Amino acid sequence: MAERRRRRGRDERPMVPKAEFRSYYGLPILNKPVWSAPDIAGYLFLGGLAGASSALGAVAEVRGDDALARVSKSGAAAAAVLSLGALVHDLGRPTRFLHMLRVVKVTSPMNLGSWLLSAYAPAALTAAGSALTGRLRPLGAAGTAGAAVLGPVVASYTAVLVSDTAVPAWHDAYREMPFVFVGSGAMAAGGLGLVGAPVGEQGIARRVGLMGAAAEVVGLHVMERRLGMVAEPYRTGRPGRLMKLGEALALAGSAVAVVGGVDKGGSGRRRRTTGVVAGALMLAASACTRFGIFAAGVASAEDPRATVQPQRERLRRSSVTTGEGATSREGATTGTGG
Amino acid sequence: MIPETEYDAAQPRVGFFTDTSICIGCKACEVACKEWNHVPEDGLTYTGMSYDNTQGLGADTWRHVAFIENRSGASAVDLGMPEVGAPTDTGGATGGETGGEAAGGGGVRPDLPPGDALIDGEGDLRWLMSSDVCKHCTHAACLDVCPTGSLFRTEFGTVVVQEDICNGCGYCIPACPYGVIDQRKDDGRAWKCTLCYDRLGVGMEPACAQACPTDSIQFGPLEELRERAARRVEELHGKGVDAARLYGHDPDDGVGGDGAFFLLLDEPEAYGLPPDPVVTTRDLPAMWRRAGLAALGLAAGVVAAAWGRP
Repeated sequence: MAERRRRRGRDERPMVPKAEFRSYYGLPILNKPVWSAPDIAGYLFLGGLAGASSALGAVAEVRGDDALARVSKSGAAAAAVLSLGALVHDLGRPTRFLHMLRVVKVTSPMNLGSWLLSAYAPAALTAAGSALTGRLRPLGAAGTAGAAVLGPVVASYTAVLVSDTAVPAWHDAYREMPFVFVGSGAMAAGGLGLVGAPVGEQGIARRVGLMGAAAEVVGLHVMERRLGMVAEPYRTGRPGRLMKLGEALALAGSAVAVVGGVDKGGSGRRRRTTGVVAGALMLAASACTRFGIFAAGVASAEDPRATVQPQRERLRRSSVTTGEGATSREGATTGTGG
Repeated sequence: MIPETEYDAAQPRVGFFTDTSICIGCKACEVACKEWNHVPEDGLTYTGMSYDNTQGLGADTWRHVAFIENRSGASAVDLGMPEVGAPTDTGGATGGETGGEAAGGGGVRPDLPPGDALIDGEGDLRWLMSSDVCKHCTHAACLDVCPTGSLFRTEFGTVVVQEDICNGCGYCIPACPYGVIDQRKDDGRAWKCTLCYDRLGVGMEPACAQACPTDSIQFGPLEELRERAARRVEELHGKGVDAARLYGHDPDDGVGGDGAFFLLLDEPEAYGLPPDPVVTTRDLPAMWRRAGLAALGLAAGVVAAAWGRP
């Protein structure tokens, strides 16, 4: 029968239509996240800023860069408090926020994150309070150490928080997302240090910011390349524009930071200005990337194609390996036509 | 890693088998569900999507009847079968010789049960109806990610939200691979089908199943339903309805099998169902490993920035 079909010519309309995307009236399959962007994308940014700043503040203190340590510690504490506020504000029932702590649940990144924040925020606040007032130094040191240990976890766990969903652009990116997030957090922390620290103490902040920018930009490229069509929202529409802006700001901030680092002979005023500009660009870059990633997830959930196509592809591959090619549309096409 | 229902031994797990081949689209299930569970009205709109004016599952729609209209040749494969009505100039002419080998297509057959095929003067119109519901997954992502423990596994093996615990964090919503659970806006909490937990406790069947006039929605112990479903598919295949297939019945699928599974007459995505859903928490250990690595990387990077060069 296949013989007869072939003789009738190759232009013949195939009996089985070519694999085409199908959906129910184009409606999304997933229910999109109900989180609000200022709260949750804002939290992703602030959490990264806080966590990385705590680590930066601790090493700055050990190196004797006291002004930088004060800036980073107070930045971390402020960001931690704002984070908690944003998280509570985003709840449908804000007065029930303590329900987060009625269980310990390893399968819920949000539950573990709540426990993590309830340990981290007091530590960050203690560290900042002691650094700013100069009192209770032993307690401040303990807070600094605790926040420095927990900070990197705070900066990276939010990647798991978004990846542990059915949203294709978030879930499928789980390999790279933590590295993008800590990179983005480090860039923001370095940026804050550059904005706030005096000229003589900018070195560590500059290097942390540059490393973070590199990790974020490279991480995102690796991620988008691996994801294929699922990465579409990171490139198109409003989320795509936010991501591009984030990258441009990260590169611009890095360039200014490098120039500032080389400009050893410049006047103090000029070097200070360069630091502030570079730092502000880096902070803005991190914020743009976080809001972009958040918006991309919402767009991905709204697109039935992003849900269906990778799953179809997975089914097709598994049916090919088990020799049941004819059960899928694609398999049937190749079976009769070839 | 993720334990299956902890009540396996206590009593049989129950669920729904929704046989869409005998659904007549009456929406009695939608109405019965709303009434029994006091689910609020969520908009009286006309969508233009056949007879579907509820569009999909959400906080205030726990049963949703989908209506799919398609002409043969559009998505179903035209088998060139003898037709009633005026001849058409598309598809049918070339179909006769090779029709038998085409796989997966439904076509329209005069021998199908009523409600399944509708034949008009312009060619064959196939009208599919299906009552969608929460799948009560074996590996339920909503339950896994719920930070408060509001979502829990009942003694019947179903998944239920405790409304006095839910704090409206919204994490379950993007976690669900089927787009079932959602937030009720004026209330803030997440809501979904409870498989009539209150009725099960006193030995009653869920409201939708009781209201269904054709027994398209069947309630019972899951094992029994799976056997019944397998027999029904065989029966339909015997009658030539090759397109009949089960969806969500397989305990080895990405969610460990659904507590509410379906007999469909087309591909799942045509009904708005994901073709191969996987519980997101399957990858959670790998996610934590990557996040741990990244955190170590950040700590190492900051230390290197301080001591890496003079």
